Amino acid sequence: MALLEIQDLHASVEGHEILKGLNLTLNAGEVHSIMGPNGSGKSTLAAVLARRETYEVTRGRVLFDGKDLLEMKPEDAACEGVFLAFQYPVEIPGIGNAYFVRSAMNAIRKFHGQEELDAMDFLPLYKERMKILEMDDKLVNRSVNEGFSGGEKKRNEILQMAMLEPKLAILDETDSGLDIDALRIVAKGVNAMRGPDRAFLVITHYQRLLDYITPDFVHVLVDGKIVRSGGPELALELEDKGYGPSEADVPQALPA
Amino acid sequence: MSATANNTGNENAMATATEKLGTYLEAYGELIADRQERDPVWLRQLREDAWQCFHAKGFPTTHDEDWRFTNLATLAKTPFQRAVKGSVTVSAEQIEKFRVPGAGCRLVFVNGHFAPELSEVCDLPDTLEICSLERTIAKAMEGGEPEGCAPEGIEQHLGRYAHVRRDVFAALNTALWEDGAYLRVHRGAVIERPIHLLYVSAGAGAAIMTHPRTLVVAEPTSHAAVIEDYVSIGDETAFSNAVTELVAGQDAVVSHFLVERENLAAFNVSTLRLELARGTNVSSHSILLGGGLVRNNVHPVLAGEGAECLINGLFVGAGRQHLDNYMLVEHAQPQCSSRQFYNGILDDRARGVFHGRIVVHKDAQKTDAKQTNRNLLLSDDARIDTKPQLEIYADDVKCTHGATIGQIEEEQLFYLRSRGIEETSARNLLLYAFAAECLDRMSDSPAREFVAELIRERLIDLARSHHAATSPAPAKEEAQTWEEVG
Repeated sequence: MALLEIQDLHASVEGHEILKGLNLTLNAGEVHSIMGPNGSGKSTLAAVLARRETYEVTRGRVLFDGKDLLEMKPEDAACEGVFLAFQYPVEIPGIGNAYFVRSAMNAIRKFHGQEELDAMDFLPLYKERMKILEMDDKLVNRSVNEGFSGGEKKRNEILQMAMLEPKLAILDETDSGLDIDALRIVAKGVNAMRGPDRAFLVITHYQRLLDYITPDFVHVLVDGKIVRSGGPELALELEDKGYGPSEADVPQALPA
Repeated sequence: MSATANNTGNENAMATATEKLGTYLEAYGELIADRQERDPVWLRQLREDAWQCFHAKGFPTTHDEDWRFTNLATLAKTPFQRAVKGSVTVSAEQIEKFRVPGAGCRLVFVNGHFAPELSEVCDLPDTLEICSLERTIAKAMEGGEPEGCAPEGIEQHLGRYAHVRRDVFAALNTALWEDGAYLRVHRGAVIERPIHLLYVSAGAGAAIMTHPRTLVVAEPTSHAAVIEDYVSIGDETAFSNAVTELVAGQDAVVSHFLVERENLAAFNVSTLRLELARGTNVSSHSILLGGGLVRNNVHPVLAGEGAECLINGLFVGAGRQHLDNYMLVEHAQPQCSSRQFYNGILDDRARGVFHGRIVVHKDAQKTDAKQTNRNLLLSDDARIDTKPQLEIYADDVKCTHGATIGQIEEEQLFYLRSRGIEETSARNLLLYAFAAECLDRMSDSPAREFVAELIRERLIDLARSHHAATSPAPAKEEAQTWEEVG
């Protein structure tokens, strides 16, 4: 059984249809990258999968681990193992980073009938993973994302992912705004988590990130549909020629 | 509507108002008769002047700019009676739940009268004098040896700061006060543990009024923290009209906490007048969680160069609570700084007011004054009126003010939920984070711990009632995940 199966997905925001019949299948252990021009629906796809309520699904279905994802609330999807690394991580003054992550971990553990972690068990683990992401210890007790630089915010997303250990991690333009050092660190964090039980959906504009996180599959999203799919070499070709369809591929989903 | 009908209405209202002042006139007459042997001449004069001020003006109406958002008609109409000393007995068990863990000592007043049997003044350093105002004055009149407190400071300070001509509630208190706490912190003394002043309203079968009076004299370079705490036993209505004068001598560091947690039928007007000498650092923390109609007046005067004042507050209202905060920050000398931060959370049909007035006098050059009022409205019927007012007569000053009104941010809510935190818990976390901003401005102390716990309890109640109102399912225990959010 596939981990994620998206069939004929249509979704709108405020009455505008953005996804127009998207099909995609991800198996555990795979890294898929979705590329495409601005406004093609990449972030909408991420938001729908994370169950953001402002996005309305008008048609199609999404199975996650055999369950109907579209029936789930955001917190249920998270507990089932869906994680979204936000393109614009939200600042939450007054709630400490470590407290936030521990609350999230415990909510997920509770969902699975596991015992909650206390601060003593949690902190060493948290600090160890912070080290992998080369994050300053001082961020432990700072408010969630408050006053963080762009790079720190993105690393903090990956840190949360590393702690919550999802089955499906969606990275929504995690590379945008990152300098090359930060990009390398983020990629290191992601690569450390690759494994046979986990799938990644890496949404990006640029091929650059894929130099560091090598995908198994690359898909091109244009105007709400996947118009091409291929291996990692497709990303290089896109970098070269842009998002238009290539003569060699069958432009099955594109209008003539 | 005809003009005649209007006139009749007004006349009726006027007649009622005057008639109801009668209950205060009666109370004043009784009190003067009771106290003629015990009050020294200066105090009798103080009362008489204050009474004249109150009687001439009566209660303000919403036409008065300072009372525009708070209607006192119900307060004025209720025939409150003076609480007779000893008419209600309160046991130690009944007030046990109001204990402040870690407090150094506690003075308890029941319906405005000192209750020595409930008070605890153990382990007092001899650099701290703490006692009942009334007892100290009465002892001095009898010519006996002062016990605990020297009376001289009282005459020197009492009534010197609270403004009876400007403020009718201060006038009413000054005329009618029967007791309250007197604290004197000696020069250079550092009092580590907070002092707890517990003012209890206990049902007496009739609507009673009390006018608690507190005087805190912090001598130069002393350090102390005082918690003034208003509570109810039972659910009867009562009117507490408190005045506190806090005088900080040069370079003193003083924190004052006002905690309002009376029942929802209570009327509470409290006036805190702070006098800051040169180089002092004074903090006022007002935590309004209870009471039906509450008016919190905070009036610091920065009367010495380089004084610093923090005016910090949180008000949390639900049901039909009305919580009004009136700040008057007077910069009278150069190089002083004041910081006002008030956060409000209002649910149901609760109403909040923040009126922040900053007056910078002619000589107060290099004043640095800042004011921020942030509000969260949790229901469509909740309401906040926020009004900054700057009056600047000096030319080299920095004054800023800002106010925000909003709901819980959907972005933040989704972020928390996308990590697995259930919606109700996520809301509660955000609410607590907002409320807890006031805690960040308090130094680490048992007082802060105490306030943090009260806020936590209040928000759990709020979440429960909210949950009960919006969903038929029983309130969950989710709110309990709130230990140490920060």
